[in-house]
Amino acid sequence: MSNIIVLPLIVPVITAILLVFMRENVLLQRIISLLTLVFVAIISIVLLMEIQVQGVMRIDFSGWLPPFGISFVADSFAVLLVFVANIVAAICVLYAIFTIGERYEKMYFYSFTLLMIAGVNGSFLTGDIFNLFVCFEVMLLASYALISLGGEKIQLREALKYVLINIVASWIFLVALAFLYGTVGTLNMAHIAVRVMEAGNDPLITTVALIFLIVFSLKAGLLLFFWLPGSYSVPPTAIAALFAALLTKVGIYALIRTFTLLFTNNTEVTHTVLGVMAGLTIIAGCMGALAGRDVRTIASYNVLIGVGFIVAGLAIGTESALQGVTYYLMHDMVAKAMLFLAVGMMIYLTGETVIDKMSGLIRNYPVFGWMFFIVMCSLAGIPPLSGFLGKVLIGQGAIEGGNFVLLGLGFLSSLIVLYSLLRIFLSSFFGETIISLEDEKPLPRRVELPVILLALCTIALGIGAEWMSPYITDAAETLHTPSIYIDAVLDGAKWQGEVNE
Amino acid sequence: MESLILVLVGVLVAVATYLILSKQLLRVILGTAVLSHAAHLLILTMGGLKKGGVPLIGESEGPYTDALPQALILTAIVISFAVTAFVLVLGYRAYKMNGTGNFDELRGTPDE
Repeated sequence: MSNIIVLPLIVPVITAILLVFMRENVLLQRIISLLTLVFVAIISIVLLMEIQVQGVMRIDFSGWLPPFGISFVADSFAVLLVFVANIVAAICVLYAIFTIGERYEKMYFYSFTLLMIAGVNGSFLTGDIFNLFVCFEVMLLASYALISLGGEKIQLREALKYVLINIVASWIFLVALAFLYGTVGTLNMAHIAVRVMEAGNDPLITTVALIFLIVFSLKAGLLLFFWLPGSYSVPPTAIAALFAALLTKVGIYALIRTFTLLFTNNTEVTHTVLGVMAGLTIIAGCMGALAGRDVRTIASYNVLIGVGFIVAGLAIGTESALQGVTYYLMHDMVAKAMLFLAVGMMIYLTGETVIDKMSGLIRNYPVFGWMFFIVMCSLAGIPPLSGFLGKVLIGQGAIEGGNFVLLGLGFLSSLIVLYSLLRIFLSSFFGETIISLEDEKPLPRRVELPVILLALCTIALGIGAEWMSPYITDAAETLHTPSIYIDAVLDGAKWQGEVNE
Repeated sequence: MESLILVLVGVLVAVATYLILSKQLLRVILGTAVLSHAAHLLILTMGGLKKGGVPLIGESEGPYTDALPQALILTAIVISFAVTAFVLVLGYRAYKMNGTGNFDELRGTPDE
């Protein structure tokens, strides 16, 4: 039964390769890629149910038992993220089908997207830190290709910066891996956790933890994010939405995994640094969102505020904060994809990017206008939409943990998110319309459909919170008590003896 | 032996940093290639250089040399080849499209 853990990685890879041979048959490519993503989402629901019954699951490739082989570990946290990531990806692909055009579709757009999803799913599920690096690289190589797809001047320029930043980050990842392997002599994450706990307050391990912090911050867009607004604004809308929804989240996932499971000894140092970085990211993101006049810039800085807020929850680290982190991470994937799709549609409809030059869109496109209103409320955290509960839980954790600075920053940032998006809403959607009836570009219902689907997702996440709560509680419990994960991977007493030798 | 290799890693990092900080696109790409090789050497060294026999049962009595770092850098080298090949192509296209390989000129104009 546990064999199905590998499907979220392997199915997208296989279909991506098959799609390469179907280059001319665009219709088939569309159908297969959508089916794949939906299939993986269904698999993750099955996994989620199974985990509630038999606890954290794992699969050892070729029967090499941990800590020697490579294994995939599925706990509720990882599987929930796989589920949401694939749903969001399916909706973004749906949007791409309607909008991106045959030129992109014949340039292997679907293959690259599926490979990127495979990397994302692999990063969520892997239980081996070197395998995490490999999955990261799979995801990044596909994203390099996607960001430069189309080959326009500005795309190539931004792609170069994005690629170079990520190569340097990957290099630091390798250095951190080298030092970690030299210090604890293992790569299995659960086994590393055991060894690190045995080593106690070793300064070398703290240093390694801080190097990992730098690497994953670069990938997640925490503090060292200067590449992000540029590179997220150049690709076509569907790709930008995929990036905003998934890429930074994988970095955040890695941060959460590393700092709840691996490096839990010296929290005064590591979690303080995390908290400071999260706070600074929130502040910088807010300043960018307030200063931006370009809708894409404002949307990109909103990504950063989200990253800062989630990592603030991680830095607080109490169980309710971790519940909030899980919930908010899922919400953020949905809401950021929706925001980027909405922004892309605004640019498509008006041909402008600066907010002052658009006006009265809601007269011509009422449904789309109210969709933007929903995403604004959702990101600001207004109930019953999905942002609310995550913010409440993180806030509750901050009060329990006495982290009042982060609490204040987090909630002030909600106001600034609301203000920055309200500014777009008021100046671009309300007011006199600038588009005359003759110039009005038709907006077919099917193009609006993906945005409506995402809106339904965010409403469902908010209203269905009660139904989601057992899974989220389980995810947070596993994160808060690393021994559950460690026992599940190292098979309790059976391997403990040999491991400790 | 380890210290010698570590010095080599340091030299490679220094060279790579110098190359990456330059303004020419091609030099930066070469710099990243050198940088990744420095990282591979570091992994090999941190895992311990050859200390025992071949890690094959029946071939030697043990203690065995740790084979894992070699497996790791094998993967890492393949990835760095792929990335370097991709960046070279990307750099070539960017050079053709923008007509320059100088990062100062690649910055672009804000109104674009």
